[in-house]
Amino acid sequence: MIHSLPGNFPFVAAVVLLGIGLYILIFRRNLIKIVMGIAILGSSINLFLITLGYRIDGDAPIYTEVPSELMVLPVVQALTLTNIVIGVATSALILSLVIRIYRHTGTLDSVKSRRMKG
Amino acid sequence: MSTLIAHSSILIIAVTLATAFLTPLVGIASKRARNTLIVLALAFVAFLVVALARDVMLNQIHVYTLGAAAPDLTIPGGAIVPVRIILEVDGLSAFMGIVIAIVSLVAVIYSMSALKTETGQNGFYTLLLLMAAGMFGMVFTGDLFNLFVFLEITSISGAALIAFRTKFADSQEGGFKYIVVSAVASLMILFAIGLLYSQYNLLNIGALAATMEYTMLDRIALVILMSAFVMKLGGVPLHMWLSDTYSVAPASIPALLIVASQASLYALLRTSFTLYGVTLDQSVAGWIIIIVGLLSMFVGVTMAIRQTDITRLIAYNCVCESGFMLVGLGVGLAVLADPGALDAFGTMAMNGAVFHMINHALFEGLLFLVAGAIFYRIGTRDLNQMCGLGHTMKLTSVLFLLGALASAGIPPFNGFASKILIYESVYQFNPILTIIGILVSILTLAVFMKVFFSAFTGASLPRYRDVREVPRPMVAAMIVLAAGIIFFGLFPGLVLDWIVQPATDALVNQGVYIDAIMGAVP
Repeated sequence: MIHSLPGNFPFVAAVVLLGIGLYILIFRRNLIKIVMGIAILGSSINLFLITLGYRIDGDAPIYTEVPSELMVLPVVQALTLTNIVIGVATSALILSLVIRIYRHTGTLDSVKSRRMKG
Repeated sequence: MSTLIAHSSILIIAVTLATAFLTPLVGIASKRARNTLIVLALAFVAFLVVALARDVMLNQIHVYTLGAAAPDLTIPGGAIVPVRIILEVDGLSAFMGIVIAIVSLVAVIYSMSALKTETGQNGFYTLLLLMAAGMFGMVFTGDLFNLFVFLEITSISGAALIAFRTKFADSQEGGFKYIVVSAVASLMILFAIGLLYSQYNLLNIGALAATMEYTMLDRIALVILMSAFVMKLGGVPLHMWLSDTYSVAPASIPALLIVASQASLYALLRTSFTLYGVTLDQSVAGWIIIIVGLLSMFVGVTMAIRQTDITRLIAYNCVCESGFMLVGLGVGLAVLADPGALDAFGTMAMNGAVFHMINHALFEGLLFLVAGAIFYRIGTRDLNQMCGLGHTMKLTSVLFLLGALASAGIPPFNGFASKILIYESVYQFNPILTIIGILVSILTLAVFMKVFFSAFTGASLPRYRDVREVPRPMVAAMIVLAAGIIFFGLFPGLVLDWIVQPATDALVNQGVYIDAIMGAVP
C-alpha cells in the first residue's frame, strides 16, 4: 500500500507508541501518568490511521472534477478527526476525576488513593 | 404509520439525543416540566422501539441509509459498495432495543425520587439520556466506525454518571476506573477497525462480511475486537473494574450499566457471528467464549460469596450471570457449521442465552434498585450494619427475594426459564458444562440467602425502627421489573416466539444481514 517509505517507518512508530502507552497504563502508579498513557495510546492509533490513508505525492481529495493524479484517502482522516475530538473529551473527563480523587484522598498514587479492594 | 416505522431507527436515536440536550434548558424553567418531558420522550421512544421490533419480526430486516434519497437505497447509483452510514436493525438489534427501552424508562422513573435531594439533576438526566442514545446507536448501527463512536458516547456518559455523587471518594475512583477501561478498550477497537479498513476499504459490517477473506490481519483484528468487547462486558479475566464501578454508582445507574455491558456483548456477537461468521474457525472461537464464560461463572460466584458490601456482591453476581450467556452463545458458535448439531441443541443454547440477556437485565436491575432503596433509607451498603429491615420495608424485602430467586434459577421465575434452556442444550454438547452451571446456580442461591438473612430478617434494631418504605416512584419502578420477572417466568413460550427466536435466527443467518446491504444479487 505504501510503496516508497523506508521500512514502513510510520507503522513501526505507531506500534512503538502503542507499546509505550500500554506500558504506562500497566506499570505506572501515578494517575496523571495514566491519563498521559491513554493520550499516547490515542495518538498511536491516530498515526496508524493517517498512515493507512497516506500516499506519497498524493493530493488532498477536495476536487469537484477529479484529476487523474494520486490522492490521499479522506475516510481515515475523518476517522482520525473524530478520534481526536473523542480523545479530548475523554482526557478532560479523566483529568476532572483525577482532581476529585486528589481532593478526597490527598494523593495521586493509585496504590495509596485506592479505596476499594477485593 | 408506515412512514414513522420507516424512519423509526433514526428517530429513536435522534429523539433520545434531542431530549438529552433539551433537558437542562427545560430544567431551568421547571423541574416538573423537565421530568414530564423525559418520561414522555422515553415512552415515545419505547413505543417506536416496539413498533420497529414488531415490523422487523413480522416482515424483514430494517435498513436505514442516512442522507440517501430513499431509506433503503444502501448502495448509490454508480457505486459498488455502500458509502453512507447505514443503520441496520435485525432481530437481535430489535431485541436489544427493547431491553434498553425498558431499563432506561425504569431507571428514569426510579431516579426521579431517589435523587430528589441531590444537586445537579439536570446534568444527571442529560447524561442518562445520552447513555441511552449511545446504547441505542450501538445496537442499531450497521457501521463499524459508528459503533466505535456510540461506544464512546456510552462510556463517557456512563463514567460521568458513576462519578455523579462527587461527595464520595469511592465513586470518583469507580468513575476513573470505568473511563480508563473503556478508553483503552475503544481505542483498541478503533485499531482493529483500522486493520480491517486497510485491507477492504470498507467500514460497513455487512459489506465487510461479504468480502471477508480471513487473512492473518483479519485474525489479529478479530482477537483485538473480541478481547476489547469481553473487557467492556466484564468477562473474567477482564472483570476487575466491574465490581468497583457498579457498586459505587447512584442506585439506578448499575441497571443501565448492565445494559451497556450487554450492548458490548451484542457487539461481540455481531463481530463473531455476522462480521466473521462462516469464515471463522468456529469451534476454536466458540470454545474460547465458552472458557471465558465458565471462568466468569466460577470466579463471579465465588467472589460474591465473600463480599460484605451489598452492591458489590450483586456486581459479582452480574459477572457470574454473564458467564451463562457466554457459555450458551459459545456453544451455539462452536456448532454453527454443523447443521445437525445446530438443530439438535445449538439453536436452543443460543435461545437460552439470548433469553437470559433480557432476564438478566430485569432481575439484576431489580436487585440493584432494591440495594439502592436500602441505601436510600439507611445510608450504608455494609451488610454487617443491616439487620431486621424486613420489619419495616416489607415490600422491598419481598422484591429482593423475587430478584434473588430469579437469579438463582428457581421456578417459576424468569431466570429458571432461560437457565433450563441453557442446561438442557449445553448438556448435549458437553455434560460437564451443565454440571458446573447447576453448581454455580446453587452457590448463587447461597449468596443471596446470606444477604436476605443478614439484611431483612432478625430483630428490628432501634436505630432502624423508623425506617419506612421508599417513596412511590421507586416502588413503582421496582414493581415494573418484578412484573416482568414473573410474566417472563410464567409465559416463556410467548417471549421465546416473539422476540428471542428472531434474534437467534438473525445470529445464525449471516447471509440475510449481508443481503440487506449488498442487495440479493448472487
